[in-house]
Amino acid sequence: MALAADADRSDAPANLFASRRHLFFVGRRGLVASVISSVLILGGIVAIFFVAPGGATVRYFFFNPHQMWLAFVGNPSKGISSVGAGLLTNIWMFLVSEVLVLVFGLAIAWTRMSQSPVLLPFRMLSTLYTDLFRGVPIIIVIFLVGFGLPGLNFGFVSNQSPAVYGCAALTITYSAYVAEVYRAGINSVPNGQLLAARSLGLTHAQIMRRVILPQAVRTVIPPLLNDFISLQKDTALVSTLGAIEAARAAQIAASTEFNFSGYVVAALLFLALTVPMTRFTDHLVAKDRRTRLAGA
Amino acid sequence: METVLELDSVVKRFDDHEVLSGVSLSLHRHEVVCLIGASGSGKSTLLRCANMLESVDGGRISLFGQSLLDQRIDPDLVRRHIAMVFQSFNLFPHLSVLDNILLGPVYALKRKRGDVRDEALELLERIGLRDRADDFPDRLSGGQQQRVAIVRSLAMQPSILLLDEVTSALDPTLVGEVLDLLRDLASTGTTMLIATHEMNFARDVAHQVAYLDQGVLVEQGTPEEIFNNPRHESTRAFLERVR
Repeated sequence: MALAADADRSDAPANLFASRRHLFFVGRRGLVASVISSVLILGGIVAIFFVAPGGATVRYFFFNPHQMWLAFVGNPSKGISSVGAGLLTNIWMFLVSEVLVLVFGLAIAWTRMSQSPVLLPFRMLSTLYTDLFRGVPIIIVIFLVGFGLPGLNFGFVSNQSPAVYGCAALTITYSAYVAEVYRAGINSVPNGQLLAARSLGLTHAQIMRRVILPQAVRTVIPPLLNDFISLQKDTALVSTLGAIEAARAAQIAASTEFNFSGYVVAALLFLALTVPMTRFTDHLVAKDRRTRLAGA
Repeated sequence: METVLELDSVVKRFDDHEVLSGVSLSLHRHEVVCLIGASGSGKSTLLRCANMLESVDGGRISLFGQSLLDQRIDPDLVRRHIAMVFQSFNLFPHLSVLDNILLGPVYALKRKRGDVRDEALELLERIGLRDRADDFPDRLSGGQQQRVAIVRSLAMQPSILLLDEVTSALDPTLVGEVLDLLRDLASTGTTMLIATHEMNFARDVAHQVAYLDQGVLVEQGTPEEIFNNPRHESTRAFLERVR
């Protein structure tokens, strides 16, 4: 009886058309709807800068074209550093840190997942390391490294520029994050892969190198790029050590000219770096999703 | 006949649960032994213990007379002589069919890639998949994947092949091609320990059939003895249910 519940509904339904209100959101009309809503929302946000009582002041102090240009190119006679040139410091800092982070992160993850009894103290140290440096705010690590190492008065170690100490601090902190990303990737490889590789008589190192890591890297790339995006931004924190990078140059311009437009320039330049990276990450994620769906 | 693998009162526990309660079984050269029994009766655990993928809590396991429970035994070396095929194939998805087969011989046995390659292609030829050598596993059907997994194990030239319900994850239409390959291997004298739910296959191929129930090896005998004249009530009941 229950199985045949719908049998008496065999007569065709009278009307299958959507309501007019619903049609507004479908097909080409849907496109029109999305354009209208975008213009309204974005236009509304921009309009705030024009209708707000302090709008003119904010436009003068933050979006002043003359000041923005001045901050971008700098003016040595006024003692203003170029935000554009400062950005080059950010770029080399994150390029160097990223390479180091990739290497150290893997080394820490590998040590943490090793099985040899000889490596036990290193296993404990790497666990301690990730716990420690994921917990300490990066700005504090930067202070400790940037003011601590020069204070040691220990030759080579104590004679570096603030940017180098900044790289060291960023590498120390981000290696801890990235080690955990690697570890999650390694753990995401199904256990059957490990069993199959083991049953072939491969050693632990061979299994990691030939079976587990190649599969882990695929899942790890998007979160890894994510961490790199925040690393790129965090290079600005090295300004606290006195390195003249983009954020510091903007600060100098602001205090010399009593105008904050330099900060907006620095923000736009950082966006120009991170947005392509974000888009690229999304592209990789989507591509990986497609190949996986095709494979299933 | 020479005894290849011998299990003597093997006990295995997971926490408080005893999965194997004193199982004894021996496998001779060129012999095919089928393990039958309900899911959860301990068939898979027994195979894993034999391949040292699980530790053992009591009893003895020996390969060619050498105890595998000796502290000085290197499990990696043992596994090069005992190959295992899994229910879910477990092919390496990032490697081509050929590279899946080459991995063990090239890295575990340190053999020359070129030599192994020729052998691997020959093995693939035998199962009719030579033209798929460069494909990735996900382009293959389940039956093809499982046959490649069997060939991957054979490429290690093992003394014994352990097969853990290798047809259970397959579409019914694909079971036949895998069982045919196993029949072929049996007829050429491959020593095999096979956990299976395929009773007709076990009857055809096995020299010995062992019935496991809740971790106890209830009875063991030739296929005629087990399938036609089971001595124990539980064996009889199990065969009634699967028939």
